[in-house]
Amino acid sequence: MTCVAPIQNKSIRFRARSFVAFTLTPEAPLGEWLQSLDHWTENSPGFFAGRPVVLDLNMLKPEAGEIEDLVSQLAERGIRIYAIEADGNVGLDADLPPLLVGAKEATADALYVQPDPKAAAEAKTEEPEAPNSLMIKAPIRSGQSIFHPDGDVVIVGSVSSGSEIIAGGSIHVYGTLRGRAFAGATGNSAARIFCRKNEAELLAVDGWYRTAEEMDASSRGRPVQAFLEDGALCVAPLN
Amino acid sequence: MGKVVVVTSGKGGVGKTTSTAALGAAVAKTGKRVALVDFDVGLRNLDLIMGAERRVVFDIVNVIQGTAKLSQALIRDKRLDTLFLLPASQTRDKDALTEEGVADVIDKLRSVFDYVFCDSPAGIERGAQLAMRFADEAVIVTNPEVSSVRDSDRIIGLLDSRTMKAEQGESIAKHVLVTRYDAARAARGEMLSIDDVLEILSTPLLGIIPESQDVLRASNVGAPVTLSENTNPAARAYIDAARRLEGEDLPVVLPFERRGLLDRLLGRRAA
Repeated sequence: MTCVAPIQNKSIRFRARSFVAFTLTPEAPLGEWLQSLDHWTENSPGFFAGRPVVLDLNMLKPEAGEIEDLVSQLAERGIRIYAIEADGNVGLDADLPPLLVGAKEATADALYVQPDPKAAAEAKTEEPEAPNSLMIKAPIRSGQSIFHPDGDVVIVGSVSSGSEIIAGGSIHVYGTLRGRAFAGATGNSAARIFCRKNEAELLAVDGWYRTAEEMDASSRGRPVQAFLEDGALCVAPLN
Repeated sequence: MGKVVVVTSGKGGVGKTTSTAALGAAVAKTGKRVALVDFDVGLRNLDLIMGAERRVVFDIVNVIQGTAKLSQALIRDKRLDTLFLLPASQTRDKDALTEEGVADVIDKLRSVFDYVFCDSPAGIERGAQLAMRFADEAVIVTNPEVSSVRDSDRIIGLLDSRTMKAEQGESIAKHVLVTRYDAARAARGEMLSIDDVLEILSTPLLGIIPESQDVLRASNVGAPVTLSENTNPAARAYIDAARRLEGEDLPVVLPFERRGLLDRLLGRRAA
């Protein structure tokens, strides 16, 4: 009788994973779009630094030759494109980032949707459900960046000038908000920002933003909430 | 075991080295054994402020590299025999400091001295991070200006994340020392108020040092102001701050502008 030895070699595991990434969608005319991009990065320098960005070409529909030029123009602005999204396209050059298909608009809810109910049940038994809000009981110092795509962020303390909070859900600051706050960053337009005292450099919900300069002077130094109404960011006093 | 206190700020020129010398001398005068360590390798100044620049033979880099013993590199102050200085090297840069080397030097100093004051270089890079790495307490030197306060806030973030104590889950005791406080400018609303500074930094106050020509003069002649002119307001503020650092509960008094009747009549401003 022969005994078969167990296979020792580990096989390589390929796993599919999904990640949330920012998508840039250039529009024609390109010159104007780049200008408004510059305006935005001027207000938020370093926003794209080190972050994966997907270039969505479905609005612009450029010629194959123009894509390379656009990618290098974005690279000059410190924006690293790691994939390109373009329907029905196109032989991309080998030195361009690869084509990405099957993208879904991310919302905070979509992050939790499990397509296979059985898999969802298994996942549940494996690990206890993570609470999807993040509470921080210390002041957020200048230079710190809190990134929490899974839900709300609650800060018991102040948020300093030169720091940023990025949340998939709403942001609550029980102190003075002096930094920048991005609520609903994964596409949740119902998210809101609340703070006890508004000295914010920038408030944004679902990509719609307002800089300190564009806020009504009467909302400075007061308790406010920021929310989206008809595609515009409103900053209203909290009473 | 002695206490290791880092004097830091983020921004340059706010008075870290001057404050290290003044606080160290004030504590040493009470009889405690005090070592001042200059971490500003390549841009050393603490030896000048202490008036010991002509007595430097070995420095912290020599000690770390093993070419000198710690006892050879320590310089005893001529005025106070409880006060010692470990100078930085002027000819090297911050890469000459290794974490293990600094840990070793700080450990040895901690076992011999009651207080070890680490004078941090400006910035948030390697030199500043090594200066704070093994500290038990931190004095954050801040001018009442927005740029200085924001940089101090950044440094407090690093103190809460990059120090040995923070990594072990303990918290490092932090104190804000407001320097170059100009009572006249504060009265005209040209400076941040102390309340604003403390609100932004949410850290307890160690003291307020008034802007003073005497501090600058003392630095230039190589004598900490707490030793040479201990009656002037800035020196008294430093001495009080040192007592608070040792745990005494003293109220902080806001420096005010002293103007006599004659000054007022002639429109003169007191320094």
